[in-house]
Amino acid sequence: MKKTLLSAAIGAAVLGFASAASAATLDNVKSKGFVQCGVNTGLAGFAAPDSAGNWTGFDVDYCKAVAAAIFGDATKVKYTPTTAQSRFTALQSGEVDLLARNTTWTISRDTALGLNFRYVNYYDGQGFMVPKSLNVKSALELSGAAVCVQSGTTTELNLADYFKANNLQYNPVVFEKLEEVNAAYQAGRCDVYTTDQSGLYAIRLGLSNPDEHVILPEIISKEPLGPAVRQGDDQWFDIVMWAGYALVQAEEFGITQANVDEMKNSTNPDIRRFLGVEKDTKIGTDLGLTNEWAYNIVKGVGNYAEVFERNIGQNTPLKIERGLNALWTKGGLQYAPPIR
Amino acid sequence: MTDHAVIAPSEAGILRSYIYDPKFRGIFFQLLTLITVVVVGWWIFDNTVENLARSGTASGYGFLRGRAGFDIGQALIPYTSDSTYGRAIFVGFLNTVLVAVFGIITATFVGFIIGLGRLSKNWLIARLCTVYVEIFRNIPVLLIIFFWYKGVLDSLPQVRDSIALPFNIFLNNRGLAFPRPIWGDGAWLIPLALVIGIVATMVVARWAKQRQIATGKQFHTVRAGIGLIVGLPFLAFLAAGAPLTFDYPIAGRFNLTGGTRILPEFVALYLALSLYTASFIAEVIRAGIRGVPKGQSEASFALGLQPSHTTRLVIVPQAMRIIIPPLTSQYLNLTKNSSLGVAIGFPELFSTTSTTLNQTGQAVEAISIMLTVYLAISIATSLFMNWFNAKMALVER
Repeated sequence: MKKTLLSAAIGAAVLGFASAASAATLDNVKSKGFVQCGVNTGLAGFAAPDSAGNWTGFDVDYCKAVAAAIFGDATKVKYTPTTAQSRFTALQSGEVDLLARNTTWTISRDTALGLNFRYVNYYDGQGFMVPKSLNVKSALELSGAAVCVQSGTTTELNLADYFKANNLQYNPVVFEKLEEVNAAYQAGRCDVYTTDQSGLYAIRLGLSNPDEHVILPEIISKEPLGPAVRQGDDQWFDIVMWAGYALVQAEEFGITQANVDEMKNSTNPDIRRFLGVEKDTKIGTDLGLTNEWAYNIVKGVGNYAEVFERNIGQNTPLKIERGLNALWTKGGLQYAPPIR
Repeated sequence: MTDHAVIAPSEAGILRSYIYDPKFRGIFFQLLTLITVVVVGWWIFDNTVENLARSGTASGYGFLRGRAGFDIGQALIPYTSDSTYGRAIFVGFLNTVLVAVFGIITATFVGFIIGLGRLSKNWLIARLCTVYVEIFRNIPVLLIIFFWYKGVLDSLPQVRDSIALPFNIFLNNRGLAFPRPIWGDGAWLIPLALVIGIVATMVVARWAKQRQIATGKQFHTVRAGIGLIVGLPFLAFLAAGAPLTFDYPIAGRFNLTGGTRILPEFVALYLALSLYTASFIAEVIRAGIRGVPKGQSEASFALGLQPSHTTRLVIVPQAMRIIIPPLTSQYLNLTKNSSLGVAIGFPELFSTTSTTLNQTGQAVEAISIMLTVYLAISIATSLFMNWFNAKMALVER
């Protein structure tokens, strides 16, 4: 204990290591009474504070789902805004319990960074945004352009690879913070803005003249975005990942925030098992939670479709289509393994 | 003291005599400090290693040989995304050195002028210099950097409305583009001539000084020196058949292509660091000159020296001894403040190293590299300034 304390004090100052990554994250979370969730510093629709200072968004709802599964109360979350640079250190050091910050799942992050990914809450791909006045129709016309990009992201690497592979020249204009990239693009410091397409939609909204910018059709990479946890705590990993699958499964069952109580009376054994009303079910307790965990998630934030539509769907300013993120039964990639 | 020696040596008495023994006390506390430092240091090291092992992250410096995969906007040496992480960090290091060197030169120059200006008998000049110092000294340097950067981005025209200056120089909010010289065959004669010119000037200066000591006659060393240092390379340039062509910046579809470009990020950081540090240097200069006793200039005037000679030969050499040590601190501050360039996306050491950190996840290693490099730059600067200080110090006879 003393050792952890000292390392916390000194390490935080010297190396940014807040405390040792301890094994039983669930116990830790239960004893402190909330989930510490690492989110974006501000990406409309995904994670941004509203005018009252409450965090809302697609990734934020995911944090709430985890809190609902553990405490039966979706509000028991505290948010740590993280930059692209600080996010992994924040997670590795134990400053946050999980990272729900539009972060791409790659093998090197899974291995060398000591993180664990499995559930993908948003299948994305990298795209380009340019001012309409440039009259660009395809990314292949972009040779010689100045490209704004956030440093330390997979985006930055894909950009270099794409231009090299297609034998195009470009001038990188690189910033650490999203806000600075936005400001530079707005000021005309660069011709092109590149990041995940979902991000481009969100960023375009924040520009002073969204209608004058167009997102090019090319998608140059696979960007499976999802929550990440530290390696070495399988129980916590399971909880965080299955909370995500519960959202997807609820959509598949047609269980919504509104009808979840009614669904408890369903005769479908799959649904009864999912909501923890089947006799002798042990699914929740085996996770280290109560058997009502999935019920609490749906009651707290709704199902995947509700979370999607509320934050980034057709009725929001972002107007993102489900596309790859439709259920597998509707031609998309969102597929939950059986919950039984 | 002698009291203790007389008292019969009881056990408590011996202990007391140890407590009051300055030599023993000195050794005891030094040992205590040393042990504390070593234990705390070991503790940090041990905990870091343990936590790293527990978090399952890779460690070691092998990642420096890996392919970086990202591009850098301004590189003084050839760099592509195929280069290594080590080279990316080195590119950042060179950019840090570049902005530090240019910043130090400009800050010293501006600081000298402002510092002397504050001592001016002209009311307006003295007040203007005071206003300058008070403004720049009292605003955080990060704010000044943002001020210049936003100023550059917002006030200069878009790339398609570039301001065209003479000699194919273009100015827009993506920087200043100017023709890049391409040297042809025989161009090596020019630097050679420059070196010869410098050496010859040094020889002339030595000869002129000896002649002045011997005969009292003065010689225009400065004019001869300019002639040698500028004239000789120019003659060499003509002799080699003017082997110089230019790569001109041309408006492409998106950007100006070709030529050399000075990035707005560099300009903003350079201006901010120079002007900020200059305000501190001005105060150092003023303090240094004020620190020379008035009797010195009075004596100099009494000997019949002109005011300009009094300043150059009597006041400044003595003021330098006061100025140099605090000046060193200002140089170190400027160099370290250059890491704030990361805020406006200038690819200096901190920026490229933290990108490397983020792409590889090697936090401890990357930060240790940064610590070491900044420390090395600072120590090198200090050593140079200490040497310079020793040279300028009063030679006592």
